[in-house]
Amino acid sequence: MIDFELTAEEKAKIQEAHAVAEKKFRPVSRYYDEHEHEEPQEIIDFMWENRGKGFVTGLGVVGALMVEELCWGDAGLYLASPGPGLGGAAVFAAGTKEQWGKFLARFNEGKPKWGAMAMTEPGCGSDTSAIQATATRDGDYWVLNGEKIFVTMGHRALDLSEGIIVVWASVDKSAGRAGMKSFVVEAGTPGMKVEKKEKKLGIKASDTVTVTFDNCRIPFSNILGKAEVKSKTEGFKGAMATFDVTRPMVAAQALGVTRAALDMLRDEIDKRGIKIRYELPRSKQTALERDFIEMEANWRAAHLLMIRAMWQLGSGQSNALEASMSKAKAGRAATLITQRAVELMGPLGYSRKNLFEKFMRDAKINDIFEGTGQINTLVVARRLLDYTRDQLK
Amino acid sequence: MLSFSPSEEQQMIVNTVKQFANDVMRKKFRECDEEGQIPDEIINTAWDLGLVVSCIPEDYGGAGWEHSALTGTLLAEELAWGDLSMAMHILSPWLGILPIVEMGTEEQKKKYLPSVCGGKFTAASAAFVEPKYDFDCNDFDTVAKKSGDYTLNGDKCYVPLAPDAAFTLVYAKEGNSSQCFIVDRGTKGFNIGECEKNMGIKALGTYEVSLKDCKIPADKKLGGDRGCDFKRLANLSRVALAALAVGLARGAFEFSRDYAKDRHAFGDPIASRQAIAFMLADMAIEIDAARLLNWEAAWLLDKKEEATRECCLAKTYADNMVMQCTDYGVQVMGGHGYIRDNPVEMWFRNGRGFVTFTGLAIV
Repeated sequence: MIDFELTAEEKAKIQEAHAVAEKKFRPVSRYYDEHEHEEPQEIIDFMWENRGKGFVTGLGVVGALMVEELCWGDAGLYLASPGPGLGGAAVFAAGTKEQWGKFLARFNEGKPKWGAMAMTEPGCGSDTSAIQATATRDGDYWVLNGEKIFVTMGHRALDLSEGIIVVWASVDKSAGRAGMKSFVVEAGTPGMKVEKKEKKLGIKASDTVTVTFDNCRIPFSNILGKAEVKSKTEGFKGAMATFDVTRPMVAAQALGVTRAALDMLRDEIDKRGIKIRYELPRSKQTALERDFIEMEANWRAAHLLMIRAMWQLGSGQSNALEASMSKAKAGRAATLITQRAVELMGPLGYSRKNLFEKFMRDAKINDIFEGTGQINTLVVARRLLDYTRDQLK
Repeated sequence: MLSFSPSEEQQMIVNTVKQFANDVMRKKFRECDEEGQIPDEIINTAWDLGLVVSCIPEDYGGAGWEHSALTGTLLAEELAWGDLSMAMHILSPWLGILPIVEMGTEEQKKKYLPSVCGGKFTAASAAFVEPKYDFDCNDFDTVAKKSGDYTLNGDKCYVPLAPDAAFTLVYAKEGNSSQCFIVDRGTKGFNIGECEKNMGIKALGTYEVSLKDCKIPADKKLGGDRGCDFKRLANLSRVALAALAVGLARGAFEFSRDYAKDRHAFGDPIASRQAIAFMLADMAIEIDAARLLNWEAAWLLDKKEEATRECCLAKTYADNMVMQCTDYGVQVMGGHGYIRDNPVEMWFRNGRGFVTFTGLAIV
């Protein structure tokens, strides 16, 4: 039975996340945008103390909707919040029960910790099969070598906490994609070093770093999935399964920022006593009304695509197509809507006194990370056409 | 509980209509567009499926299924996949029935509902749209004045099957509110003009109607003295049209997708080039997006909530989506999309109509 109703309990959780976004994130949102690389300690402590409430787990429809709320408050501060993050998502998706215990238990005890994921390299971004980093077996150990860039929350995971990082590396370059495996590296492991903290366009409260591996030795059991290089793409498919979760999650982030821009826009319009007249024919609406209605519809449609992808995952259905659909749609919608909000607000939109320009900068990343809009469109197209990567490049 | 799966009953309806659309509608849809008419046997076969009158309560001769706007959107999508003109023709009795089922007085139900429950397709219609570019259903030019009886005056267009309709619901302004009046066939002053010639939906007979001092008894106002909930009727029409748009766009997507896999250029199928593949991906994403938006709006209507905002969002989104998708459908096929041997040019013409079609279908 098609039904859009959330339970009272679910609604309460989402409301709770909204309260955090409004009362904790928003008041310091501009400050941490203007003070890049400064620790938002009060936010980190608060989010860690309240980790039991599941604000940042992003699991299931409700988890995603909570993330959307937090990003309505501030997308950078959401990313900066301690928790297992993308690294944790990978361990959860591809790891064994033992690995869950070894690597994930820490996110529920002691001091604040972060998880990170290292995939992108200086020479490859979306083409993850071209990864140059290597993992060489040495008895009971793997030896990692290589350089990873654009690691979200790498600094906090590895320098500021006893966190983890999931690293993608090849165990056999001659095997191509089949040789691609992921490994968990714990903070403090010798041979691993955080090198450069990036300065970014937006989401400045989150850190983005370069991590190098120089004969970094980790236990053999830290590999996620099987060590053998088997059929052509088996290992890689495991990696891609992580995206089934993380892509709708990023869509949720995008949609939180976007709704923040829409809500603020509506407030400004309200202040002038203008009500959007949805029911009028387009020829009778003002340009502002037409724009607003199209923006709102675009947001809502992307929001529902995201919820559907998450719902499929939760009900045990395959969602690789719909996860990429939701990500491609949300990244694009977020980009367009937040840009239009700045345009419509004129000098108020462009001014750093208001948050419109920040929303536009923060939103843009969502059309880039976890697969650019183009990569996700490519994934969608291949699945719709039933084409392999060789048939549709 | 949140779910995107249709119920078993809904799935059964979808499957039935899907098969009918594929086996019956799609066999003739191209000729119907060229010839400007639909063979009776197609309409009667659809009637025999029983889905259109199922919503009439048993007391009035129907099957007494609980009507749901959401189920209606599922059905409309499948019919429009088959053909838009036929879909609107097949669904036209709802234009007369559904407002009466939901908002009619007991006398109105007794008189009009059994009349469409016969063994053969019985047309009913609605006169909603008015012939001007800034037509606004919140402010009809057609006026109803009461002095004992009601007198209707005004011009309407896009009235489906007007000459055949046993009765037509005429929408008009009474004072400051939009209301609906039941006009029987042959009523004096209800003047049916020529069959319209439009860019698309060529197989659907639509007519201009002019109301000249058309007098009807006071009890023919839908809902009696208290009138009808016009906002809700407009919203039920918006979700109906958005669903038809989704079905039409899906047809265009599937056809151009199959063509792109088949057609070779420079040694490979054109679908293996991103320029084409990305258009197809965008179509699929936009179709799903529009459908979900519309499901949510219809779901709210089923809960009897005020959902004007959501219905307008869904309709606006679907209007834009269907134009984009049918345009892409032609573009993907290039010159082959432009010739009338292929149906995409017809979908392209039909697609443009949705912005002006409010009132031509209801679920």
